[in-house]
Amino acid sequence: MAPLLEVADLKVHFRTDDGVVQAVDGISYSVQPGQTLGIVGESGSGKSVSSMTVMGLTRSPKSDISGTVTFDGRDLLSASNEELRKVRGNDIAMIFQDPLSSLHPFYKIGKQLMEAVRTHRDVSKAQARDRAVEMLGLVGIPEPRRRIDSYPHEFSGGMRQRVMIAMALMNDPKLLIADEPTTALDVTVQAQILKLIKKLQTELGTAVVMITHDLGVVADVADEIAVMYAGRIVEHADKRTLFDAPRHPYTWGLLRSIPRLDTARDHVLVPIPGRPPSLITKPSGCAFNPRCVYATPESRTTDPVLLPTAPGSGHLVACTLSEEQRASTWKGIVGGEDPA
Amino acid sequence: MAFYIVKRLLWTVVLMVLISAITFLLFYVLPTADPAALRAGRSPSPETLALIREQLGLDRPLIEQFWSFLRDLFLHFDLGNSFVNNEPVRPTLLDRIPATLFLVFGAAIVWVVVGVTIGIVSAVFRGTIWDRILMGGALLAISAPVYWLGLIGLFLFSEDIGKFGLLPGSGAYQDADGVLGQAHALVMPWIVLSAAFAAVYARLLRANLLETLSEDYIRTARAKGLSERRVVLQHGLRSAGTPIVTVLGLDIGILFGGAILTETVFNIPGVGRYAFEAISRGDLATIQGTTVFLALGVALMSLLVDIIYAFLDPRVRY
Repeated sequence: MAPLLEVADLKVHFRTDDGVVQAVDGISYSVQPGQTLGIVGESGSGKSVSSMTVMGLTRSPKSDISGTVTFDGRDLLSASNEELRKVRGNDIAMIFQDPLSSLHPFYKIGKQLMEAVRTHRDVSKAQARDRAVEMLGLVGIPEPRRRIDSYPHEFSGGMRQRVMIAMALMNDPKLLIADEPTTALDVTVQAQILKLIKKLQTELGTAVVMITHDLGVVADVADEIAVMYAGRIVEHADKRTLFDAPRHPYTWGLLRSIPRLDTARDHVLVPIPGRPPSLITKPSGCAFNPRCVYATPESRTTDPVLLPTAPGSGHLVACTLSEEQRASTWKGIVGGEDPA
Repeated sequence: MAFYIVKRLLWTVVLMVLISAITFLLFYVLPTADPAALRAGRSPSPETLALIREQLGLDRPLIEQFWSFLRDLFLHFDLGNSFVNNEPVRPTLLDRIPATLFLVFGAAIVWVVVGVTIGIVSAVFRGTIWDRILMGGALLAISAPVYWLGLIGLFLFSEDIGKFGLLPGSGAYQDADGVLGQAHALVMPWIVLSAAFAAVYARLLRANLLETLSEDYIRTARAKGLSERRVVLQHGLRSAGTPIVTVLGLDIGILFGGAILTETVFNIPGVGRYAFEAISRGDLATIQGTTVFLALGVALMSLLVDIIYAFLDPRVRY
């Protein structure tokens, strides 16, 4: 099956007064219809920028964008602003991290929802309103017919995110990009929202790109996971493989820093030392090498490319260590070895 | 909402009493000038002074004087008589108000339209040569004093003395017939008075709009596929323009006391020129009358602003 979204060698560089920020530095991935791709990484790893670029929201005189983004057979990077505008909110919709600041504070949610339909379809106000009520009901807003005339500040955080989801799904998009949709919410509400996204996805057949810094979030909803570091994808695998046999030291770090219920109580959480590198002056060699406890002289000079762990495998890793070294090191970590 | 409006109205009344008290203190109690001495003319005899004191009630206890001052003011809107020609202040003041209102509201329309337009253009084309030209122009307009700008305008464009004779000049308002004629006479004063305001509003709106356009909900509007025009002019301006209402209300309120410089330069018989004349003659009763009127204007406009704001911003609830 042809992928719904195919991103190839996407580069997004921003020219600033301090230098060129290489926010996204050559990433490739694809999403099949109805599938969920999780993109995981720290702040500044380029995960949001890459998906905003798919929507055409990073276009500016100060940004340089190259590569290809093919959506449903169309090249979005070369599309005109007007063509892209017709895709946004219609074929590809997006929800954001902070549902309070993402809704216009001065407009009733009904107006904001109806606007989403009426921008793309020639429907009457009454039809748009019916659709808005329907969608609000679908995302679990009680009494949607009454609540449609409320302002965003009259909703709780979780309810606002439901409103955002309803708004995103107003036009039955083929792809939903969810940029940290649960980060600003309470833990209990996070689970509800993830469940809702998953439920709607199965009911409506929408493909989802789930962007998060939290491996726990994608563990729940994603089919495939791409781990991003410093503007690149460093590891890409299906969910099972990524959690069972991760091959990149950065992924190991992420996994070791999340608490789990199935490990011993005295199991220590290991934070990744150091901070993400500057995207203006990246370290030579592998961008992760200054923080990597397994760094070798080779990783300080050679910039690793994303390669399959075995010929024909869908598991891709960008690391200078050999597959044997990586496999045995992970085995050691699972066995309780602490390299540091 | 109704309760809030009533509350604000009562508060406005309290404010007016306070302002009257301060005005009274300034003009009757503090030894800035003795009203009787001012009234009596040059080197008066002690008997004349005493007589005038008695006539004006200045020999009565202060609190009694204040009470009758308040009573006259609030029950009859009586502002006393001019110290210079003994004419009652009220009818003259009322006579002067229309010219000031016409000048102020006309100018307000000009500066809002011009300021908002420039603000939007500058924000949308931020960092470009257009932005720089417009903001540079705004800085010039802010820096140019009204009396200078007014005189330059007259020198260049007035029909009588101007180099290009395009617009009616100084004193044209008094001679104009009908509303249209008066409006025509006010074109140059409107431009001159609104220049600095338009510049301030343009800068204010530009800053607000730039801030608003980086908000998350603007990103949402773009992600929805709204056209850039609707993103900026509807979603952006709705937020960025709201604070303008506050500033506008207060600016208009303050100008109620008269755009003194503009009215003087263009010889417009408004409250401002009335005040200016009173100040140059030391006519305390008249100064006091115009001051109370100015205070009333500011108080009423800020009341109006608060009420409008409650409608504009749904998050404001009282």
